[in-house]
Parts: sequence; C-alpha cells; structure tokens
Amino acid sequence: MNYTPHTPEEVKQMLSEIGVSSISELFEDIPVSMRPASFDIPEGKSELEVIRHLQELASKNSGDLLTFIGAGFYSHYIPAAVDAISSLPEFYTAYTPYQPEASQGWLQAIYEYQTAICHLTDMDVSNASLYDGGTALYEACMTAVRINGRKRILVDAGVNIIYWTMLKCYTSNLSLDMVKIPVKNMRADRQNIYKQLDERTSAIILQNPNFFGCIDDFSDIVEYAHKKGVIVILSVYPISLGVLKTPGEMGVDIAVGEGQSLGIPLSFGGPYLGFMTSKKEFVRKMPGRIIGRTLDKHGRDSYVMTLQAREQHIRREKATSNICSNEALCALRAVIYLSLLGKKGLRELALINLDKAAFTKECLEKIPGVLKVGQPPFFNEFTVLLSHNADEVVHKMISKGYIPGLPLGRFYRGMDNYLLVAITEQRTKEEIVKFAESLEAVLCN
Amino acid sequence: MQLIFDKSKPERTGFKIPKKDVPATAKLPDNLKRKSEINLPEVSELDVIRHFSILANIHFCVDTHFYPLGSCTMKYNPKFMEKAAKFPGFEDIHPLLPQLSGGGILTQGCLEILYHMEKLLNEITGMDAFTMQPLAGAHGELTGAMIIAAYHRDKKHKKKYILVPDSSHGTNPASATIAGYEVIVVPSDKNGVMDIDEYRKHLTSDVAGVMLTCPNTLGIFNPHIKEICEMGHKVGALLYYDGANLNAVMGKLRPGDIGFDIVHLNLHKTFATPHGGGGPGAGPVGVKKHLSEFMPISKVIRRTDGTFCLDYNYPKSIGYIAPFYGNFGVIVKAYAYILMLGKSGLIDASEKAVLNANYVRTKLKNSYKLPYDRRCMHECVFSAERQKEKGVSALDIAKYLISKGYHPPTVYFPLIVKEALMIEPTETESKETLDSFIEVMKEAADLAEKKPEVFADMPDNTPVQRPDEVKAARDLNLKWNG
Amino acid sequence: MEVKKDLLYTKEHEWIRIEGNTGTIGITNYAVETLGDITFVEFLQEGEKVAQFQRIGTIESVKAASDIYTPLSGKIISCNPKVVESPEIINSSPYNEGWLVTIELENADQEIKNLMSPEDYENYIKSL
Repeated sequence: MNYTPHTPEEVKQMLSEIGVSSISELFEDIPVSMRPASFDIPEGKSELEVIRHLQELASKNSGDLLTFIGAGFYSHYIPAAVDAISSLPEFYTAYTPYQPEASQGWLQAIYEYQTAICHLTDMDVSNASLYDGGTALYEACMTAVRINGRKRILVDAGVNIIYWTMLKCYTSNLSLDMVKIPVKNMRADRQNIYKQLDERTSAIILQNPNFFGCIDDFSDIVEYAHKKGVIVILSVYPISLGVLKTPGEMGVDIAVGEGQSLGIPLSFGGPYLGFMTSKKEFVRKMPGRIIGRTLDKHGRDSYVMTLQAREQHIRREKATSNICSNEALCALRAVIYLSLLGKKGLRELALINLDKAAFTKECLEKIPGVLKVGQPPFFNEFTVLLSHNADEVVHKMISKGYIPGLPLGRFYRGMDNYLLVAITEQRTKEEIVKFAESLEAVLCN
Repeated sequence: MQLIFDKSKPERTGFKIPKKDVPATAKLPDNLKRKSEINLPEVSELDVIRHFSILANIHFCVDTHFYPLGSCTMKYNPKFMEKAAKFPGFEDIHPLLPQLSGGGILTQGCLEILYHMEKLLNEITGMDAFTMQPLAGAHGELTGAMIIAAYHRDKKHKKKYILVPDSSHGTNPASATIAGYEVIVVPSDKNGVMDIDEYRKHLTSDVAGVMLTCPNTLGIFNPHIKEICEMGHKVGALLYYDGANLNAVMGKLRPGDIGFDIVHLNLHKTFATPHGGGGPGAGPVGVKKHLSEFMPISKVIRRTDGTFCLDYNYPKSIGYIAPFYGNFGVIVKAYAYILMLGKSGLIDASEKAVLNANYVRTKLKNSYKLPYDRRCMHECVFSAERQKEKGVSALDIAKYLISKGYHPPTVYFPLIVKEALMIEPTETESKETLDSFIEVMKEAADLAEKKPEVFADMPDNTPVQRPDEVKAARDLNLKWNG
Repeated sequence: MEVKKDLLYTKEHEWIRIEGNTGTIGITNYAVETLGDITFVEFLQEGEKVAQFQRIGTIESVKAASDIYTPLSGKIISCNPKVVESPEIINSSPYNEGWLVTIELENADQEIKNLMSPEDYENYIKSL
C-alpha cells in the first residue's frame, strides 16, 4: 500500500508540463554507476497484514508483569484525557511552530508547559523541552560552562548511573574534567563535596531523590557552591515535587529531569521528555526552543518562538546547542497531565506514593532474607539488601509475574545483593502484600 | 485566548487520585518538605479537554493543510502507524526489562523490531550496521560526529576540521562543534552544489570528516558526489551523509554504495512518523563495517536459537547516546511504514516526491526567480528577490499563503539564497492540491507587482497577526505569573 | 550609507573613536541594518584586558546573534548601561547614544594599521 494519490493520467499530464517523457528521466542526474547495488526490501503489505504482524510482535512482550522497578522511569497511571488530546491530529501532525500566525495552538500549549514546569520546580524560566533527562543534564552542564567558562564538572554518584554514562559519552571530545564524587551510605557526602568544590569547578550535579531513592535538602551545598562561583545543577523527579522541597526552594541554578512520569508511557525507552529550567539570569545561555508571549499588530496576546538567535538555524557552529527538534508532543502530554492533576492532585499523588513505599518497606522488613530496607528518608524508591544474589532473585520473581526491582551489582561493585525497588500509586495493598509473600518464598528456598 | 491557568477555580479537580489503601503514613522530615504552593491550575477534565481542543483548532497541520515546508518532508502520517504503536505490548514495557536476568525473553517482540529495523535500514542505505539510539536528526548528526572522533582517536590520527557546504543545515556545523571539531565552510559553485575546486583546496590531512546531504538543501544532486567521497578518503577523512533528504532517492541511490562511511536518517521525515509539533523524532545512524565497533551500545543481536538479546561487548563503543534503545515509540511506526510500503512503495514515494517538486518548479518558474534554473529533486528553492524589489519579502509571501489556508514553505533557508522560499510538496499530495497552491503562489506574485501594499496586512484571517518578535525578545515573558 | 569620517573601522563592522588614550567602540550603521531590531546586548566585565580583535560582547537581534570584537587592545573602562537597558538605542543612534564600550588603549600606534580608514570601509561595504 502506498500513499501517493496520482492517477496514471495525472502523471502523464505532469510529466508533459515538466517537459520529460518519463519519471525515470527526472532521475537522470544519478548515473547508472551510482544506482543501488541492491534494494532487497520485502514487498509492501496491506494494513490488515501489517497490523496483524505488529500485534503478534507486541504479544511477544509481557506488559502485564507487576512493576516494582523505577531507576528513573516510573509506571504511573496515565489519565485517558492525556491520550485523547495528544492524539488530535492538529497537534501531532503539525510541525515546529516557525510561522506563529499558523501555529498559535502549539505555541500557547508550550508556553503553558513552560509555565507548569516552572511552577512545579519553583524556577524562573523553562525551555520548550529537550530529548530526555540525560541529554537535559548534558545541556545543563554545557550551560554552566558557558556561564562561567570553567572546565571542571563534579557529579555526585547519587546521580542516575545511566545519565553518568551518557555524560561521559557526550563530553569525551570536549576538554572537560568530569569528576565523580562517591556517595557515603548512599547519600551525598558533604565532606568530600566541600573538598572538591573549588574555583576551577564549573558546576556540581546532584539528584533528588537520588538514584538510590534517598531524599535530601541540598541548600547547604548550594550556599557553599555559590561562594566558590560554582553552578548547582539538580536533576529531579517531577512527581516527588508534590511533597518534596523544590530546586527553587534550595536555590539551585539549573534544574533538569526526566518528565516521563508526567503522563508519558514507558514505551521501551522512548520517546521521553527532558525538562530544563534555570534562574532568570541564565535564560540566554539555555539551549533549546523557548516560547515567549508578546502582542501582535492589533495588541492581541500572541505567542512566538523567541531567543532563536541562540539556536542552530541562526548561530550554526556558535549555537548554544545543536538541538533542533524538542519533544513537543511529550511536553503537551505533561502539561495536560499537570493540568488534570492540578495543585491538589499532584500533592495527593505524591503522598500516596510516599505512603505505599512506606508500607512496602514494612512488608519487606518482615521477611527473613531481607537484611535492610532503604536509607530513609526516601520518596517512592529504596534499596533492599537481600541475603541472596539480586540477579537470581529477579530471575525467579519474573517467573512469578513481578519485576521486583533493579539489581545493582551490574552497576556498582560490591552491591550484588542489592535491589532497587520502586512503588507507585498503581500498586494496591493486596499486590504489595502478595509481592512480599512471593519474595519471601523465593528468598527462603 | 485564555491560558489554562486563567481558567483555574479553587477546589476544581480534573483527576481523582485513588484512595489510600495502605495503613502506613510516611513521615517526612520538615526540612525536606515543599513549603511553596504548587501553582498548577485547578480545572475540571472538561475544562482541559475543551481548552486544548480549541487550541488544536487554531493551528495548521498536515491533516488539514498543505504543508510544503522544505527540508522537513511533511508527508501524510498514515493512521495505521498510530494504531500499531499503541499496543500495550509496546507502550507499557519498562526499558530495563531486557537488561534483567529472565527479562529478555519477555521483550522479544521489541527486540525483534529493533533487529529487523536495523536490517531494513542497512538495505535502504547500503550500510553495514545501524544504531536506533539517536533521538532526533540532530542527535544522529552528533552521534555520527562522535563516531568520527572515536575512529580517529583510535587510529591515532591528528584531525581538527570538519568540512560542510555553505548550503548545509545549521545542525551540521553545530553538531561538529560539540564533537570537538572546528568547522570549515566550503562555498557552492554557480550550479548550486559544493564547489569541487574549493573542496579540494580545503581538503588537508587534518580534515576529520565531511558532512554532506545529497541531494543538497537546494534539492540539487551533486554529480561529483562519488569523487567527493573518494577525495575525502584519500586524506583519511570520513564521509558523513545527512539523510534528511533521503525522500528524494529511495531505491535510486544508496549512500553506502557511493562512498559514505556514516549516515543518519530522520524517521519523522522520510519514514512518515508524525512531527508532533516539533518532536519526538528519531535519527538512527548507520555505518560501514570499519566503524561499527565505535557505535553506541547496546546492540540487538540474534542468538543461534533465534532469540534476540542485548549485546554490550563493544569495548571501543562511544557509550550511551540515549538512556536506552532510542525512541522506540517512533521506531515502531517507521518499521510499520516500511513494511506497509515495501520495496515498490518506497521507490514510488521518492519518484512521486521528485515528480511533485519538479511540477511545482515548472509551473512557478515564470512567477518567481529560480536561482538554479535546472531540474530539482524532491524540493525546489525559489527566491522572492523580484518581489522584494517591490517591497514584498519572502516572509510577506508566507503570510499571504497563511491567509489563503496554506502552510508556507520554508523561508530564508538555505542561507545562500536571498529571500529563499524552499518548497517540498512531498509525494502524498495530489495534483489538484499542487494546482491550487500554484494558483495562490501566482496570485501572490501578481499582487506583489500590482498591489504590494496588501501584504503588510497579511495574514488577515488568523487569530493573531504579525506578532511582535522584537518585543518578545526584549521584554521576555516566558511564563504566566498569575 | 553614511560613513563617519572621524572614526576607524573593522571588517566586522565595529567603529572606534580615539580621543587621547581612550577609545570609544560601537557598531556601524551597516551592522545595525543587517541585524535588524536589536533585542539584547551583553559585554565582558569592566576592568578586563582585551587584545585587538578579541571578543568583548554579543549583540542579539531577532534574527541573529553577533559577537562584537574590539578594534584595538586595551582595558575596558566602561560598558554603556543605557544600551543594556534599552538596546533599541543602538538602532536609532549607533554612533552617539548607542556607543557600546570605552577602553583605555594600550598599543594603539602599532595596531592602528590593522584598521580601515573611512574611505576603505566605505569601499569595503560597497563590495559586500
């Protein structure tokens, strides 16, 4: 099946207007010697066949395991209204709103997204989104370097290990010194951090809750860092901001994070949503698109892409970033989600996550074979120290219908018996109790 | 139009959180608690639906408007792709599952798609290996530039520069810079393609790579392209193909056959995944064998028993470009598209894309200056220079088109053409749509001659008219403050 | 386009007015026309030492962001606060109220030969 509407008669007419006798004449510029050595693509199919094939493939994946895993990507419930709006073709078949008069819908929606993210984080400005939390963290790093010209970046080991790996990859060709600061008891080690915060340092990157689920108040580190002219970057989990101290309240300079928990499906790795916010004074150093509000010729409120002079299509090699597209549709989902939940809903949701996690801890602690649960205080994720190798436990739990968490041995030496467990509002009391029972059965065999 | 925040009424809710069913109550230390108000709107679900539905209506999209944005390939997004991507077996899978012991077997469908997609893209482009990780075209360019850097570092080459033509998309030089290179711009010749003599002059032994697109951003095929690749290889440079314009050449040209070492594709352009208002996209990168060891990890491989799994055993890999395997939700759609169109469908897409663009070019060449008066490929670039002499700029023409219900072509790109109007009709548009568009363009040219003053008031039927971009940049208002 | 006679010029369209040991720097009418409405300016710090043709700031308009380079070496004495506050002054008065930076000159005698006279600049912009 193809989607070209041309009838043979129309093709003939068009070719004659152009002044050629066949379509192949239009490709004469490509010499025979450059034609494909092969083009062995299977022949096309009907919609019925393609859908059936994909259905088959989808059924080979297990989406109905009970999820107790997070590690930065969480299984929250997505209200139906989010899908309903983001499936509107006016939103999803449009392009980047370069022509404001033809795109006020998108422009206003992104302005509302920017507002929502700023209010969520208590930061001054937000851009229109970046690819994901990891690239957002990298962009934050580069923004800090642009601000103070220094070349050393400190990264607390509590930052998501996947993001640390991405940061190493992105900065490998730049003359930046990436320094990892080990955690102490799974928390940011102040002593070590203060020792490392010096005038050569451009920025320090922290995460809250951190990768191990622990929550903290980094206001003290922020104060100390600022004395040394160091930019503080905080990576945050949006749902947790329903109850946790915000980056703005801590005085952080740049706050970024993964917005997947705001109404975006897990989708086997993407698309996701990187959000980036900063203090007012850094707005011109921020990468990515930004939507601004202005007035039109007749004094009406209107929205436009602004500060484009920083972007690749104008500044080219001097651009703040190479980024061209953002994750507009995901940002739309996020603003719809936040609007539905609203002021009260987000707080309630965060509290329920907190409470379910506390309950899960209680259930797990009762199990012989569970040696330690978490390093409180935590939000909805914590580490569990088992009496057995965590990989093996995971394997057995999967066959019982659970994804019990992320075994940490693969990422951290000496942590082979640690499991990182996350709980969201999706898990009922019964499910949690049964989960604990299954885990007990596995550990005691 | 009111913001969703303006519609807020205290105590309204749009979503009910399930009641707490656990006996525990977490105790949060006071210093860790949020003290500030959460200034999100308090609205009902209907408020949200109505608000955003209305926003959707003051908006142009491919489903409702002809959208000939050059360089963007705004082809029709077939609906079956949306259906395919929404199966719970795709949407609800946690990306860490295949990385868990016993989890791989539960993600075979996803892994199979990634595996087959790699094979299909290899065949379409003539490359040996593909990574699906890059999350957008520009991201793919960066990945490619980093692979170039890793290769030269491994071979202990001292390389400093990347060459790009002056007609290149801005993401090319921007990406090269992030990979640690200095960019040298090579001018185009009078035929609109990269000047081969200038190229030769700049091709010193410290050039790491050359980033090109073919056809170029003017829609013109460079007849020396094979020679360009050979010359580059002679100085030890790698050739990078920006696949943004692949829609012109599917089945007619494969970058891997003519000497390119690295390729990126834009799934949201050539492979019809929706643009989503500016994202998400996907920019998979393909390489020839000699570069595959540097590709990002993980890679999906097939075991002898036929099952699929993730392989991380590439010590020279550049690492993780993305947190996982790429924008899987987008990749599924492109995969479905390739299966649907198949060999003849892909070839037909390119043929009709080139047919449509040449038809528009032929019909408008008397009304607008054609800086390169020759056959084009899938897009054609006009200049509104003639109209500008009467005071009507490319932007004015764009605004007029909006008032007539057409999304304008790309304006002011590529930079080497003054008052550029870059038109890419795509293959999914019918002759009658093109004819109407041509009529309106002719009308605009005519008006520019006879009544240039009307353009200042264009567009005259949209919710806003000529927003003040200077004010937007001077008096920054980037969020609602209540 | 008017080219002021009491100034010296650079290829990047900066002008400098030399009075004793002080140089006042701005951008020319040509630059202003190319940039369009200027929306933002930022400079290096006062007191900073700069070499000839080193970057001393950035000017942004809706359609472009351009770096400003100093025509001569010296130490930055002051940056015009009025243009930071109201960048449009640069558009309306690029040679007077829209001045950008003053510097204490260090090596003017040696470096002046690298600048263009008003006649040279006039010919230069004609060729563009």
